Amino acid sequence: MNLEKVFFAFFIVLALTLNFGFVMGDFDNPDHHNVYEFFAALVVSLIATVLKVGDRTHIGAVLLATSLVADLQLIAAAVVWAIAEHAVGIGATPSIMASIVSLSSGAVLANLMSVLLLAVETVMVRR
Amino acid sequence: MRPRLAAIHNVVHLLFRRLRMPLIVVICTYAVSIVGLTLIPGIDDQGNPWRMSMFHAFYFVSFMGSTIGFGEIPYPFTDAQRLWTTAAMYATVTAWLYAIGSLLALVQDPAFRRVVKAAAFARAVHRINQRYYIVCGYGDTGSLLVGVLAANGIRSVVVDIDQSRIDALEIAGLPLEIPGLCADAADPASLIESGLRGKHCAGVIALTNDDQVNLTVAVTSKLIAAHVTVICRAEFEDTEANMASFGTDHIINPFVTFADSLAMAVHSPSMYLLNDWMTSTRKLPMEELVSPPRGTWVVCGYGRFGKAVCNRLPSEGINTVVIEANTEGTHAPPSAVRGRGTEAVTLKEGRIEEAVAVIAGTDNGTNNLSIVITARDMNPELFAVARQTERREDPMFAAARLDMVMQPWVIVASRVWSLIRNPILAEFLRLARDQDNAWANVVISRITAVLEEEPPDTWMLSITPNDTPALYAALDAAMDRGEQISLSDLLRDPRNRDATLACVPLLLMRSHEQALMPEGSAAIHKGDRLLFAGAAHVADTMRWTTQNANTLEYVLTGSERPSGFVWRLFAREQGE
Repeated sequence: MNLEKVFFAFFIVLALTLNFGFVMGDFDNPDHHNVYEFFAALVVSLIATVLKVGDRTHIGAVLLATSLVADLQLIAAAVVWAIAEHAVGIGATPSIMASIVSLSSGAVLANLMSVLLLAVETVMVRR
Repeated sequence: MRPRLAAIHNVVHLLFRRLRMPLIVVICTYAVSIVGLTLIPGIDDQGNPWRMSMFHAFYFVSFMGSTIGFGEIPYPFTDAQRLWTTAAMYATVTAWLYAIGSLLALVQDPAFRRVVKAAAFARAVHRINQRYYIVCGYGDTGSLLVGVLAANGIRSVVVDIDQSRIDALEIAGLPLEIPGLCADAADPASLIESGLRGKHCAGVIALTNDDQVNLTVAVTSKLIAAHVTVICRAEFEDTEANMASFGTDHIINPFVTFADSLAMAVHSPSMYLLNDWMTSTRKLPMEELVSPPRGTWVVCGYGRFGKAVCNRLPSEGINTVVIEANTEGTHAPPSAVRGRGTEAVTLKEGRIEEAVAVIAGTDNGTNNLSIVITARDMNPELFAVARQTERREDPMFAAARLDMVMQPWVIVASRVWSLIRNPILAEFLRLARDQDNAWANVVISRITAVLEEEPPDTWMLSITPNDTPALYAALDAAMDRGEQISLSDLLRDPRNRDATLACVPLLLMRSHEQALMPEGSAAIHKGDRLLFAGAAHVADTMRWTTQNANTLEYVLTGSERPSGFVWRLFAREQGE
């Protein structure tokens, strides 16, 4: 058992599950989307990215790319949320919530890609 | 992957490998601190319960962690918040220190610096967009050669196993940027990194003081890049043979080369002077003739140098007396005198009083000087030849006023330079060897006559569409008219065609024919290669004649050719 692989798989899958959990619920209902869950998804996604940086394999490079996409989407969502709450002061209205959730859903897709790649890599190794 | 990209990739990879843990620690500390701040209840300025938002918490932790510290905003903290902040403060600052400390440690890590240097080297090699030579070994020979190449605008890439020599290259202040790599030249990877596969790589020059390394370089280069010229220094005959079997283009043995020129100096002093001047790495006025006397020569030291000299001299009618400390180990002739030669006793035993010359050829420069000085005390008329072993002994050897000094680096570097600079110069020197002293005398007097105190130079003129477009076209036109352009036409001065350029044609090469010292009446054909000697500025004038159609027209016919289209039309009508 390779501890590095456990670590990485853990963070990749956790990023997907947290993000998925955040997106679940009514699309534009702020009550269904918890800010802490969102924060956790962002942090875990960042850690997963750092873990993959510097991997020389081809699959490592693609995983880094998908993680970076997820980070970008989540950071964009976080910026939208912060602007709505603090800069403009309109708060999490249904339309704002909808754009936050849609950005996060994009990140879910990227996370899903990461998990799929991870699964493919695992199947290929067969040991 | 190309070496340049691979090298840069290595840097990035190593950077992130080492910084992975510190970055994760920073992210985690931030996350915990932020979440804690948003969970702890606070009180706003009106005394209402208030909780920090994610945004405010991130803002606060950001300036706290970086020790900027704007204070407790937006509202003064409660004691519970302060308790958490105290813990978070220590945690985030420690995490940052850890991350920055790791980064600094990495930057100073010798392994990392090596990787960064390798990447910079690969980039520098990749940027060279003209022909370059890979020089293996930056000792006395390598530094002299690289300096000469750089002074003449030829790029090179240096590989040496000793970092201090690469440092010396960096501070040498050469007029061109010369990338240097500290690596073993015998390792094929370092040659490839130095651009062996590059399309501008013209040759590999192996000058290390280890014959085995030079041999490995020759083999590697010929296998990996068969088209490049390989020039090797070899000090043992068996490696020489081995290199030749691998198709090494030129092998230079400094001892044999020196013995040959010594023999040439005895045989034909003018020929020696001609050779010495033409292969010299510096543009110096011609020196005085050196004429070593015939008679008995005392040779001290029967190593590789002594053997080479003793093998070569008898054919010139010179007897040698060998003085050697280790007569058995060096297989010295039975008549050899045992001793170092630095003591008067040994020299006396070698009958120095009756000898005409002494060759101090041991492998210790100081001993060699001592031999010469002792020998001269006993016989002031001696012709003295000494072998210098290191370049830093220059002042001592200059002060000793020797008749000839054997400096291996000068011999090797000037041979390599004459091979690189002008491929047909080597051909000329080879042909010249079959001529006699009188012939060489004539050549020298003709060259000195045109020089007028200026430093001499040699240059090649190839009659090709690229090098001499105007002349090439004129040859076409002349052939149509059934005329010929002769060598004397090329030698006319483009400023006044009745004057002759101050240069001497040395060699005319046409496919497999060669004509030494061609006459002015010799016809020029397409594809000819000519070697000239003369003042350096004459080469530029000649280039002007052969590349500019109008100048050439004037030189050939004496009439100024109208250069514009209208004037040409006008001139044609007038002519009709």
